[in-house]
Amino acid sequence: MSLLGRLNLQAIQHGWVIAAGQLTLVGVMLLVLGYLTFTKRWKWLWREWLTTVDPKRIGVMYILFAGLMGLRGLTDAAMMRAQQAVSVGGNHGFLSPDHYQQIFTAHGTIMIFFLAMGLMFGLINLVVPLQIGSRDVAFPFLNATSFWLYAMGGMLLNLSLVIGGFAATGWLAYPPLSELAYSPGVGVDYWIWGLQVAGIGSLLSGINFMVTILRMRAPGMSLMKMPMFCWSVLGSLSLIIFAFPILTATLTMLALDRTLGMHFFTSYYGGNPMMYVNLIWAWGHPEVYILILPAFGVFSEVVATFSRKPLFGYKSMVWAIWGIVLLSFLVWLHHFFTMGAGADVNAFFGIMTMAIAVPTGVKIFNWLFTMYRGRVRFATPMLWFMGFVALFTVGGVAGVIMALPPADFQLHNSLFLVAHFHTMIVGGVVFGYLAGLTYWFPKFTGFKLNERLGRYAFYCWFFGFLLAFVPLYILGLMGATRRLDHYDPSLGWHQLFIVAGIGVAVICAGVGFQVLQLIVSIRQRKQNLDTTGDPWNGRTLEWSTASPPPAYNYAVIPNVENKDAFWAMKKLKTPLPETRYESITMPKNTIMPLVIASFAFALGFGMIWHMYWLSILGLLAIISCIVIRGSADEHEYVLSAAQVRQTEEALKERYV
Amino acid sequence: MSRVETARQEAESKTLFGFWVYLMTDSVLFASFFATFAVLRNSTYGGPSGETLFSLPFVLAETLILLTSSFSCGLAILSARQGQKNRVLWLFGLTFLLGLAFLGLELHEFSHLYYEGNGWRRSGFLSAFFSLVGTHGLHITAGLIWMAVMMSKVRSAGLTPFNLKRLTMLSLFWHFLDIIWIFIFTVVYLLGVAS
Repeated sequence: MSLLGRLNLQAIQHGWVIAAGQLTLVGVMLLVLGYLTFTKRWKWLWREWLTTVDPKRIGVMYILFAGLMGLRGLTDAAMMRAQQAVSVGGNHGFLSPDHYQQIFTAHGTIMIFFLAMGLMFGLINLVVPLQIGSRDVAFPFLNATSFWLYAMGGMLLNLSLVIGGFAATGWLAYPPLSELAYSPGVGVDYWIWGLQVAGIGSLLSGINFMVTILRMRAPGMSLMKMPMFCWSVLGSLSLIIFAFPILTATLTMLALDRTLGMHFFTSYYGGNPMMYVNLIWAWGHPEVYILILPAFGVFSEVVATFSRKPLFGYKSMVWAIWGIVLLSFLVWLHHFFTMGAGADVNAFFGIMTMAIAVPTGVKIFNWLFTMYRGRVRFATPMLWFMGFVALFTVGGVAGVIMALPPADFQLHNSLFLVAHFHTMIVGGVVFGYLAGLTYWFPKFTGFKLNERLGRYAFYCWFFGFLLAFVPLYILGLMGATRRLDHYDPSLGWHQLFIVAGIGVAVICAGVGFQVLQLIVSIRQRKQNLDTTGDPWNGRTLEWSTASPPPAYNYAVIPNVENKDAFWAMKKLKTPLPETRYESITMPKNTIMPLVIASFAFALGFGMIWHMYWLSILGLLAIISCIVIRGSADEHEYVLSAAQVRQTEEALKERYV
Repeated sequence: MSRVETARQEAESKTLFGFWVYLMTDSVLFASFFATFAVLRNSTYGGPSGETLFSLPFVLAETLILLTSSFSCGLAILSARQGQKNRVLWLFGLTFLLGLAFLGLELHEFSHLYYEGNGWRRSGFLSAFFSLVGTHGLHITAGLIWMAVMMSKVRSAGLTPFNLKRLTMLSLFWHFLDIIWIFIFTVVYLLGVAS
């Protein structure tokens, strides 16, 4: 056994497509390093970002990292569509079958775990403490650790682009294909350990924000006065707490099969591959709702604000959230009706699946009734909402069709399914988070995004989406299965695949507009400054503090008496209580979270390449870090009342 | 009381609540391993079943040791609340030794099975057995490390409010592992021999 395990020079990947990816990766890294050195920003990076425990900064880092991951996932998507548009008959396209399989695996994994989860935790970090009138999260140190674990998991996964190669198993790595016998390389191990590291980060975040919401709300904010975004996040966090441990356990079992030769999911020695499929979807289906619930929360805030009306049916919204939370644990089997569990079991899960349409429908109607007779402003976040209603309803109906087991036997693993879940995840989750990013952008930067470019981006996304995915519904009904890298011209699919390819190009143009929008908005920020802290005439507490908020969020913790607390303060013209500044206890910056996550990275890397000494060292180092952290107890500093007054007055005088 | 102290007290109550939530997630983790074991318990692939492998008196000894350790841990927390530092130290010392004895017995059982050719590669049933019981054993190991650290801290800094809260969480963790073991004893061993 060598010191490097199975790592050697041959592990560095070849091929021109991969080389282009590697060059981009290295190029971007050199560019960033060069920029930091050239502008002498290393100290700034260390002080303001790498060691920070401020959820607002952590939120920004989540979103930036998720954005980068999204670009990689989008590149994968574009390559797949390009391949399918040309690889017909005698032409075999530009991707080998094995590489194509790695690409669709990477696309799914990255988009769900690192784009969607990243945007979600980014928004939660940015918004939740502010909305509940809190100065911080419950465990700032743990929060930073969660972020760095997520980021290190993502980097571990992307390292496979350079060294070794990725899984070619599909994004959920079903056994027996993902077992050692059929996937002997390191790809599946990258998948396992990348997700394990990031998944534990998500689990810790779930605990952290659960405690934050339940224990740190401003005085007077009873649960039923809480903003709807926080309610939806609370629903999502409960799902994280109950579902992510299942993922941890399942990944551990697959890793045990692969490294210790156990037989959980092998197809011999009594292993049971279908058990994996059950376990992974017992996590995987709640995961879908983990992602969509906060997006629902974003829309609840956006629709109420831009309709200038309180949210219609607040209580029914809350009940709908908890209905979805409960039902989401009772439907996992609809992902594999074809497994042959029998008519009764399939019927039960089919009915449960259809039942989810009820609370979801309640929410859709509540938003529409909120708009009814409101004075609606069609700003960009509202456009995303309108697009969401159209797509999500169509996708939802497609879902109800597939909830019928007999129909599902036809549609299972077809492109119809692929079109369905993209409609839900792009139309629902992505549109929701993009609406949220546009909506809360001024709060964290102090200036608004350019509206016109935002609209262009939306229209490209919306029509590009229809162009890319309506053909897939049709193709699915024509019998096209998912994950095809080549097909015969006689099937008559070619034109539709070309249309879908054009659709992805239009979506890419939308992403291009978004990047442009960001650059233009930063350059023209003087014209779009948010001088009041309340650019949209908002309803909830986060708009009552300055934009961007000071590190402690609120110099004086607000007292909440109504739902839509800030709106009520503005309407009732509540006389501001005499400002009495007090000293504030703040957590100190620390590099420890990044160090812990780096050791987790080393642990994962060692496991992937069978360098067990590295894994053991990583594990021991993590334990030592935790012991050291637990031993010292001066983790806070005090900001004196005079310092708070100084900061607040400087904030007020900025734009005078 | 200074502001820092008030803030720290609030933080401690949040920590305790957060720890309960963590224990809940850990229960789900164990539930997944239990469910897997339930599915695979008859997948012996021609290999030995629980009936031939397990010795109930041995497991009963393990169980009694762990239960006693939980009892001494409970006594230790009571003494900690009364501020009796020395009693806390020797009671946790006793708990630690009992925990260590339990772990030793478990490793003995594991190595015995392994060297008789009934390791985790033998069948799906044995994979599930080693993983479920081993996960519990890893938790016990983590608890022992935590206990050692806490004992050295109590020895050096005494029963400060900070240490008291940590000890409370440690005892929660230890009792939690005890409950998990009761389920393992029942589901894995008793039902394994009964069937």
